[in-house]
Amino acid sequence: LPQKSSLGDLPALTSARVAGRLAVIGGIVAAAGAAFAFTGGWFGPPRLTPGTMIAVLADRGGHPVGHRRNHSKGVCFNATFAANGEGARYSTAAMLATGHYPVIGRFAIATGNPLAADATGRVKSMAIRIVAPDREEWRSGMNDSPVFAVSTPQHFYEMTVAQDVDPATGKPNPAAMKRFAMTHADFVPFGSWAKTAPWTASWADQRYNSLDAFRFINAQGAVHTVRWSMQPTIPQTPVPVAELAKRGPNYLEQDLGQRLAKAPLTWHLIVTLAAPGDPSNDATKAWPEDRKQVDVGTLTVTAMRPEADGPCRDFNYDPTILPAGIQVSDDPLLAARSAAYAKSFDLRTAEAAAYPHTAPQEGTAP
Amino acid sequence: MTGQSKAFSPIQRALHWLMAVMVIAMLFIGIGMVTTLHPIYLTLVSIHKPLGIAILCLVLIRAAVRLKQGTPPLPADLPRMQILGAKASHLLLYGLLGAMPLIGWGMLSAGGYPIVLYGPVRLPPILPHNDTLHAILRTAHIGFACFLFAIILLHLAAALFHGLIRRDGVLQSITTAKNRA
Repeated sequence: LPQKSSLGDLPALTSARVAGRLAVIGGIVAAAGAAFAFTGGWFGPPRLTPGTMIAVLADRGGHPVGHRRNHSKGVCFNATFAANGEGARYSTAAMLATGHYPVIGRFAIATGNPLAADATGRVKSMAIRIVAPDREEWRSGMNDSPVFAVSTPQHFYEMTVAQDVDPATGKPNPAAMKRFAMTHADFVPFGSWAKTAPWTASWADQRYNSLDAFRFINAQGAVHTVRWSMQPTIPQTPVPVAELAKRGPNYLEQDLGQRLAKAPLTWHLIVTLAAPGDPSNDATKAWPEDRKQVDVGTLTVTAMRPEADGPCRDFNYDPTILPAGIQVSDDPLLAARSAAYAKSFDLRTAEAAAYPHTAPQEGTAP
Repeated sequence: MTGQSKAFSPIQRALHWLMAVMVIAMLFIGIGMVTTLHPIYLTLVSIHKPLGIAILCLVLIRAAVRLKQGTPPLPADLPRMQILGAKASHLLLYGLLGAMPLIGWGMLSAGGYPIVLYGPVRLPPILPHNDTLHAILRTAHIGFACFLFAIILLHLAAALFHGLIRRDGVLQSITTAKNRA
């Protein structure tokens, strides 16, 4: 029916014009909806999302529902970070000023299986959350490999797919991982470490490395590209792999509990300063050994807590949660880690029923 | 509403269009950031939080202005259902614009995240650190975001219906404010 304008001075629209204008309105609304759907990845070129990354991480054998999708097996710890003030020359981060700062941390092994045997964990990790009095936080997830396995999120995805359970056999296919290693040159430095580095039976004797580069900004505004490491204060005790398998599935937690029952464990936080030209965007490339290193303080781990009721359980150790004075570098892994960790956290906080808040009866430390 | 004006006041129109740009940017940033692993993720997240708090501040100002200045009367011949739809959708829009930043803030609080606006500028948590609370608020944040976008599309369609088909001056009351003056 013709629509008369209530403004009075406009001619009535014919039915055809009304239909045409309705079509225009419908087209505008549909285009806006389509733009939103495209931005959300409902259609368009395939892209790597946090959801796809987390899905393949959860499919490496094991059932990490309710748990972190990677580094799924671990324990919480309480610690103190004592800054010696040396770091304040390079960064205004509140927790690098001389003082003592509380830490909630986590030791883990890189696995998608919360019940994995410890001897399957080639990579061990330490995550920390240092809190300053003004609520500034420094979170870091560090691995005991000297470099990361891959340089890009895409390669990480491909590596994880290669580790996934083959539906035909119900087990990961070793040939898939071999094929991945042969076709990805950036995997070589990590691959040779994984093959040759001695195994140990402890979280306590490992050096944990930030792997990704970051930027320190000091009070004068000077920017230094850095990586950091937690350097242990006890020597490594290599253990043959065949021997590890005989120690049962939870020797790491038992070892840590026994050590902490006797005395706290300490690490030095060592900051390595890049020289011009050192790669900040490639975590598979080690920097030369002679780079300046600064000991900025000591981490003293005092107590271990099982994860189910532990203080680390409901923290996301997103390595991009940084205090003012520390910033991310141009390493593409950092954003991907942040996005994927958030997805993992969103999933597991919604799955708490699958991982009840009750301490396990066995394997707990005093 | 004091009576004679047939358009929103200049401050109401300025707030409307400023917030329109901010809210639409916010929705696209939000849906984009949760579905990417690209380095732009960190940039999007760093915009999302302060922009959300800015929207929360503006919606409070806007609600106060609206309570004080009211709205121009709707056309006398507008069907009752459309009047009801207009009022209900405006109420929903105000409610969602206020609720979304609060849910986001509460979600980060319950997740144990620092709530960083810019550099050292951060907000205190408004809820206890609790995984179940985080999961509920996270679901609500995404669900309400999609609902808000749907309501905005409806609002857009209604505005264009008034402007292109009814041509009753309702659209002009928030744009040029001229045709009905």
